Amino acid sequence: MPLLEIKNLTYTAGDKKILDEFSLAIESSEVHALLGTNGTGKSTLAYVIMGCEGYKPASGEILFNGKTIDELKIHERAQLGITMAWQEPVRFEGINVRNYLTLKSKENDSARYLEMVGLHPELYLHRMVDKSLSGGERKRIELASILALHPKLALLDEPDSGIDMLSTQDIINVINVFKKNGSSVLLITHREEISLIADKASQMCRGKIVCSGNPEKVAEYYKSRKCLVCDGEVCAYV
Amino acid sequence: MSELDALMKAFGESGGDSSILTNKEVAHFVVSGHSILSMQSVEGLEVNAKETLSGISASIRVREGIKLQNPVHLCFGILHKKGNQKIKMDVKLEKNASAHFVAHCIFPKAEKIRHIMDAVVDIGEDAEMRYSETHYHGVYGGIEVIPKAVVKIAKNGRYFTDFTLITGRVGKLSIDYSVEAGENAVTELTAKIFGHADDDIKIKEEVLLQGDNARGLIKTRVAIEDEAKAEITGITEGNAAGARGHVDCMEIVKDKAVATAIPIVKVRNSLAKVTHEAAIGSVDKKQLETLMAHGLTPEEAVDVIVKGILK
Repeated sequence: MPLLEIKNLTYTAGDKKILDEFSLAIESSEVHALLGTNGTGKSTLAYVIMGCEGYKPASGEILFNGKTIDELKIHERAQLGITMAWQEPVRFEGINVRNYLTLKSKENDSARYLEMVGLHPELYLHRMVDKSLSGGERKRIELASILALHPKLALLDEPDSGIDMLSTQDIINVINVFKKNGSSVLLITHREEISLIADKASQMCRGKIVCSGNPEKVAEYYKSRKCLVCDGEVCAYV
Repeated sequence: MSELDALMKAFGESGGDSSILTNKEVAHFVVSGHSILSMQSVEGLEVNAKETLSGISASIRVREGIKLQNPVHLCFGILHKKGNQKIKMDVKLEKNASAHFVAHCIFPKAEKIRHIMDAVVDIGEDAEMRYSETHYHGVYGGIEVIPKAVVKIAKNGRYFTDFTLITGRVGKLSIDYSVEAGENAVTELTAKIFGHADDDIKIKEEVLLQGDNARGLIKTRVAIEDEAKAEITGITEGNAAGARGHVDCMEIVKDKAVATAIPIVKVRNSLAKVTHEAAIGSVDKKQLETLMAHGLTPEEAVDVIVKGILK
């Protein structure tokens, strides 16, 4: 039984189908990369899985460990072990990094998680999770907070955006920690080189999966810009 | 138990450190109602206080060049259910002096209490004053707090104030601060308040940037719930070249509470710049969803966000 099973999910915004009869299965401990250009529905999929407000699907079903989660609220899904790192994590006044990393985690080992995302604990534990952090620093702290939760499924929405290219290895290291901890990951990315770390990959276009399987093959397909669904209209522009 | 012991017990129960009374290196001034219970000074600090027919009148001076190492603790309170407290303070920091005043205002049983503070503060050239005022109120809300301050900062002077009322009911609060900043002077006024039930919060803070390159920040953080009301007026005037001012107001509203923010910015010199931002509304949805995705219930998430902005 897959850990996450999405069956024929359709989500519309106005009269536009953002997810169109979308189906996907992720096994326990699997890292699944989801490639796609802007506007193909990748982030929307993450919001729908997480149960964010305004992202209730029109039809279809999401199963987690074989049970439907369609009616569960975000925190109830989180308590089952699903969590998410937003593409642009929000800032918080008056909450320091140490407290942010221990909001709900059972252990108090914030320093270790900061090191895992390439941040020096002595420089960051006392910092506020507010506007004083750069975009890249905030994203790393969000990843550290997700690691600290030991989720069963982490939805990572473009963890590599906003972080300089030299730090791609840091992102790969983080994904490896999730793998080592037995977490499944839905890794949303534009960058095929990041997707290569996954066990499986899929390419999305116009709310559907157009190619799925071995990450190398999917990355090649993605790079070729020969999407049959949009005939290059969407996927040619990266 | 003496009145002083009772007040210090209440102070300790509200999180304060009552050992400040016995530490000879720490200055203090303790007032209950209209009675001065204890007073201690340190070198370079002059405190003259007396009980008058209408309340307490105190004159505080920090002498030129004196930099007080420890905060000066001011403890004002009424332990009874009813009463009045009117304190008139005249504070002067002479040239190049610096001091941190920590005021503890304790009204744990207030049912019908009125606390009035009327302060005139004069910050000398190159001097720096920090003033932190924290209120500890009871659960009944029968209290009226009316702090008023007129502050003048000389060249290169610095004045920072922090007003906190997040424990117990606010009651009726009416803050009226006015700060005039001279050349290169810096001031920051911060207020953090949590209102409940039918609490009524009014804050009017004014920063007049009169000297060249003066800088001012008014930062207000208010959370209100139930049927509480808050009206926040932040006024900043840039009246000299290079003056920079900012008004930053954030109010979180729950239930049937009503919040108003009135930022007023005026510039009378083309080389001055004053900005403002005001955000009023319920808890930010993305903040809420982020915390819920960490496993917090909506109630826990709101609590974390509100405590954060009031921290």
